[in-house]
Amino acid sequence: MKVVILGCGRLGAYLARRMDQEGHQVTVVDRNAEAFARLGSDFHGAMVLGTGIDQDIMRRAGIEEADAFIAVTNGDNTNAMASEIAKLVFKVPRVVARLYDPVREDTYHTLGLMETVCPTIIGADRILEMVADNHEASKAK
Amino acid sequence: MYIIVAGGGKVGYYLAKSLLNQGHEVLVIERDKHKCDVLSADLGSICQRGDATDSIMMEEAGMERADIVIAVTGDDEDNLMICQMAKKKFKVNRTIARINNPKNEKIFKLLGIDQTVSVTDLILAQIEREIPAQSLVHLLTLREAGATFVEAKVPENSPAIGKPLQALNIPADCVIPLIIRNGKGVVPHGETALAAGDEVVAVTTLEHENVLERVFGGVPVQRATS
Repeated sequence: MKVVILGCGRLGAYLARRMDQEGHQVTVVDRNAEAFARLGSDFHGAMVLGTGIDQDIMRRAGIEEADAFIAVTNGDNTNAMASEIAKLVFKVPRVVARLYDPVREDTYHTLGLMETVCPTIIGADRILEMVADNHEASKAK
Repeated sequence: MYIIVAGGGKVGYYLAKSLLNQGHEVLVIERDKHKCDVLSADLGSICQRGDATDSIMMEEAGMERADIVIAVTGDDEDNLMICQMAKKKFKVNRTIARINNPKNEKIFKLLGIDQTVSVTDLILAQIEREIPAQSLVHLLTLREAGATFVEAKVPENSPAIGKPLQALNIPADCVIPLIIRNGKGVVPHGETALAAGDEVVAVTTLEHENVLERVFGGVPVQRATS
């Protein structure tokens, strides 16, 4: 499938490389050209320089034909707005946004325009599980 | 009314000042310490320092009891987030957002922000007014109502000069409430005849803007549209 990934940080670059290896047609958008170095030399996808809340940049990235849009910049507000543009203006079927703030994530999840991922909650849940597991294990000794 | 202003830059500062003068309860949320200090020194303790898009900050600001939330930061994504959170999470009745990139106006409307102010468009309109070649100046556009207030200057060579208003082919859904002649406002009636240099203020539907332009004999204006 055709996918546009906004944000070429650690998560964006990792996702782009994996989807590229799996044979998807990937375009990565970032406003910082140096960020594209994270993609490595064996990346086959396209790179577009610019901000993801600009509709002209999104068009250049091929958003009009995209099957999926993933917003993973380090700014919650940028991710939310870019996703809303992808969904409402460009009618992208599948839209996923990363939102660090759990309250914002909850609100946008409820709005139902996009799928949301909150690393804060996922991370906290996992850590709590580990702590609880360790506690159980030490009690068992 | 309790009004929260997000962003304490130049727009936020003067907005807060005039709202205070009108007797409203105002709180400004601003990230920058220096701007907060200036606001507090000039306008009293009405400034809360922090990220206005942060939900905890919004709660501390008492957003759920705000009557109006106005987002005037320099970033459209922040203004959108603030207004959406205000509306959806804190059930604020009225939200107003400043738009920096005119292309974003549509998306703000789609997402239910009550009112938007596109600073770039306003400046463009102001400049249009100063350039004589542009015959039609947009004063105010009510996009939802499909209506616009325009001002047309009657040029020297206009075919409309000397004719009474009722003899001109003015579309039915267009009203002329005011003519400015030699700097003075005149409320026109059907028999009022136009003179060169008159500034005609008209309320019209968006479709009939161009017709008006022809009636008053101006050069068609190519307006940059998004």
